[in-house]
Amino acid sequence: MVGNDGWARPWELQGNHRREGSKRIPSGCAIAGMINRKGRTMSGVDAIQSIALMHDRSNGLGGGFAAYGIYPEFPEHYAFHLFFDDHKAREQTESFLNQHFNIELGGPIPTRKVVGISGAPLIWRYFAKPKLEQLRVAEMKEDDFVVNMVMFINERLDGAYVFSSGKNMGAFKGVGYPEDIGEFYRLDEYRGYIWTAHGRFPTNTPGWWGGAHPFTLLDLSVVHNGEISSYGANRRFLEMFGYRCTLQTDTEVMTYIFDLLLRRQGLPLETAVKAVAAPFWSTIARMPQAQREVLTAIRTVYSSLLVNGPFSIVLGSSQGIMALNDRVKLRPLVAATKGDLLYVASEESAIREICPKPERVWSPRGGEPVIGMLEDAMPKAVPAPPVTVCHL
Amino acid sequence: MSLSMATPAFLIERNLDRCIHCQVCVRQCANEAHGYDHEEQRVYSDDMRCVNCHRCVVLCPTRALSVRQFPLEFRANANWTAEVIHNIYLQAATGGILLTGMGNDRPYPIYWDHMLINASQVTNPSIDPLREPMELKTFLGRKPEKIVIENGRLKEALPPQLELELPVMFSAMSFGSISLNAMKSLALAAEAEGTYYNTGEGGLHKDLYPLGHRTIVQVASGRFGVHPDYLAAGAAIEIKIGQGAKPGIGGHLPGEKVGREVSETRMIPEGTDALSPAPHHDIYSIEDLRQLIYSLKEATNYSKPVSVKIAAVHNVAAIASGIARAGADIIAIDGYRGGTGATPLRTRDHVGIPIEFALAAVDSRLRDEGIRNQVSLVVAGSIRHSADIVKAVALGADAVYIGSAALIALGCHMCQKCYTGKCNWGIATQDPNLTKRLNPEIGAKRAANLLKAWKHEIKEMLGGMGINALESLRGNRLMLRGIGLTDRELNILGIKAAGE
Amino acid sequence: MRVTAREEYCAGCRLCEVYCAVSHSPYPADPVKAFRKSPHPPISRVLVEEQRPVSFALQCRHCTEAICVKACITGAMYRDPVTGAVRNQEERCVGCWTCILVCPFGAIRRDEQGKKVAAKCDLCAGAVEPACVKHCPNGALVVEGKGGGLKCM
Repeated sequence: MVGNDGWARPWELQGNHRREGSKRIPSGCAIAGMINRKGRTMSGVDAIQSIALMHDRSNGLGGGFAAYGIYPEFPEHYAFHLFFDDHKAREQTESFLNQHFNIELGGPIPTRKVVGISGAPLIWRYFAKPKLEQLRVAEMKEDDFVVNMVMFINERLDGAYVFSSGKNMGAFKGVGYPEDIGEFYRLDEYRGYIWTAHGRFPTNTPGWWGGAHPFTLLDLSVVHNGEISSYGANRRFLEMFGYRCTLQTDTEVMTYIFDLLLRRQGLPLETAVKAVAAPFWSTIARMPQAQREVLTAIRTVYSSLLVNGPFSIVLGSSQGIMALNDRVKLRPLVAATKGDLLYVASEESAIREICPKPERVWSPRGGEPVIGMLEDAMPKAVPAPPVTVCHL
Repeated sequence: MSLSMATPAFLIERNLDRCIHCQVCVRQCANEAHGYDHEEQRVYSDDMRCVNCHRCVVLCPTRALSVRQFPLEFRANANWTAEVIHNIYLQAATGGILLTGMGNDRPYPIYWDHMLINASQVTNPSIDPLREPMELKTFLGRKPEKIVIENGRLKEALPPQLELELPVMFSAMSFGSISLNAMKSLALAAEAEGTYYNTGEGGLHKDLYPLGHRTIVQVASGRFGVHPDYLAAGAAIEIKIGQGAKPGIGGHLPGEKVGREVSETRMIPEGTDALSPAPHHDIYSIEDLRQLIYSLKEATNYSKPVSVKIAAVHNVAAIASGIARAGADIIAIDGYRGGTGATPLRTRDHVGIPIEFALAAVDSRLRDEGIRNQVSLVVAGSIRHSADIVKAVALGADAVYIGSAALIALGCHMCQKCYTGKCNWGIATQDPNLTKRLNPEIGAKRAANLLKAWKHEIKEMLGGMGINALESLRGNRLMLRGIGLTDRELNILGIKAAGE
Repeated sequence: MRVTAREEYCAGCRLCEVYCAVSHSPYPADPVKAFRKSPHPPISRVLVEEQRPVSFALQCRHCTEAICVKACITGAMYRDPVTGAVRNQEERCVGCWTCILVCPFGAIRRDEQGKKVAAKCDLCAGAVEPACVKHCPNGALVVEGKGGGLKCM
């Protein structure tokens, strides 16, 4: 109902009543991801070009990107990206944020007019740190506090939705073809050492911007192709740990699973992968005893986190990316390397489009993750051009 | 009183064109409904004695026999039905409680039949279990919130678990209520198919100790047959608080069923009635239950999961939550259709709630409280076929117990006369003339076949949903839709209506 | 090869007798006709011995050193050198009952419905499985010497 400029556009239906979450939405998709393992940054052009090649895998109802290392001037601040239905929602949310956070910078995310992109909500960005006294009152660690705040805003504050909340990273997404979304967000002006991209083909969508991929929580982002048959089982297990799956999308569930296993329970990535895409019992039976015990324990304790049904995902974090197929590989996923670069995508052509002569190309087996981690835990990002921000 | 109002319940029809007077029916009817007239050199029937167990019908070599409802009718009356009237005649003549066997047979709604299962189309491929792996393995027992791995090894071993190759176990049926051959059949079938059977409250017969690793040993209010070797022999221990066929009341095995073997196994004198009190007299509250759970764990060095079995009653969710917090590793809930060897008719038919509601309520409550993963949920009370199992798992069950279905596989024809001890199929009897009719090798094969068949069917349905491991169905209520249910019922079951 | 009873599973129904008689009647596939077409019921070559709860089906043991063969005055009784089955050639049998006299198991019966002959188990010559074994509802009869019997799982 309100455009990015804040003017009302009553003919473009938008708002809570058309948000996702009232229905479960299955979708098919295109995904791509790339990392420079030395931490050198790339512009968003490659990511756009790669996902654009798989145009036919999406239907114009959702596209998005996640980029890491894009805010080197605010490496310690949580970069909140929010959609607002209107300025009233923005003001309400800002007063909430001000109450709990020290906001260093805030303002609209710069966009440009693109044919094919319409009905954008207000898209704002804030660099913030939790207020110390608030952390003390909540008796929480910083990350947990931020997660709680994000969940609160998304669930309780009408017309506001946080779609990115990590440090030195950001998600950019909306309704449209992914290449148009990239253009709209001026991603050619950003440089990151990790990019993931997504083109969506939902079978049913209210056309809400928050429903596009990537889905993020803190610095974790997920782009995902597939439909999770185990959604109900996964979701109900996560709810026991306080997650609220408001969107009813598979991607949201996938993000929370990794958040639970990696951040909250501190499991190594390989273990988390084995929970999500567990080896078959017949495979486990052939393993050496110690390994067999570990895998049996994973499948016993985390049985409800097994993700069943076809999927391929790219999980992004500030430390690296992980691409994974379901354990019987019912969705496409191809990987390639060249020098310090690792590429993954739904189709090989999408990789060759931006890396014509890869050194190695392979199709990972079901359940076997492709992991690309930064060689240095702290990436030395090449300074990017300053982002346009304005003070509140 | 010489006047008896009793009339036959069933009519035995003998096709005299086919009867060869071989007397197989005469020899097989423990109720003596068939006889042989030596003078006339022919077989005759006495309808009064027939319980409609079909033993004669099945064994008749010329298919000369059939049994029908006795065609005698009262004046039509939807309220005062023949059954109501007959029961009053019976009680007027005897002054006794009406007894029956098996489970509730009243026409209450069967909620399983009001739920439909999902399947994949287009957006998600279905999986063919004949071509792709399909996993039904299930672990029952307490699960920690997380695991810790150090140097590639588990830092702490998991709590003890029962490992099932399919989410079906044979429910508690005691030696005494059923024959040793019936128990052997179930034990062998459990061994063959990778699941467990349950001793009920009758102790573990010495012949069954070699299959102890497939046995859930029960500790009930009568504490029959409970001793250190018994506890040590089982794979898990189950504390029986109640059962669906008779919530709130105890058990009674008449002295005539307590022969030498039963007496030895139960550790009670031969020929005495085995009376199980209604409550455990050391459990008058939840904290007492905790004590017994931990006594049993202590006695077995924390090496076996401890289960607590209750009947599904109105407040089942809160009770289950208490049981989980009391330290049980498995909660078994028996719905109001659960079967038994003997129960007062009115209790069987009017006490308790449907297992579908109980399961949904308990699973939801445990999840709300964040303790669902601490305890496994096993449901019982008329699981009739593989689709019931799929629905139960989708509602939130880890596994199911089957009792009646298992006995039917062994030959039970649901005549509901278990309490008479004259089971013509050799199942619910201790009469040596009758128990030998059940060859445990055949029984085991039939019970195992049933499990095998259900395994295939469950895999088919899972594959149809695009799921290749049972755990992805567990509590996945999105895979169910209700049909012909009120909003309230849908709400309790936590499912949407078909078409939503 | 012989048929052995497993007493512990014999239900005493005597279906073995019924089917033995039927299979040795002129109507081996039709029990109704087998029993009703002749004035006397057909004779079974297996007999269930019973003292409840003990019961078991008894029939010729097909002894290696068959005393009935030795005692037969006409040479009708013989032991098949290939199968080891002890059989009575009814056309040579004169119905003297000497075999019945000497059989230590009481497994031979008198058949006086037509020409007097000794009736005994012939292991249903030619059949894959003797009728008594095939029709026993409880696996209480097994063929021995062929690895018979139900296999325990």
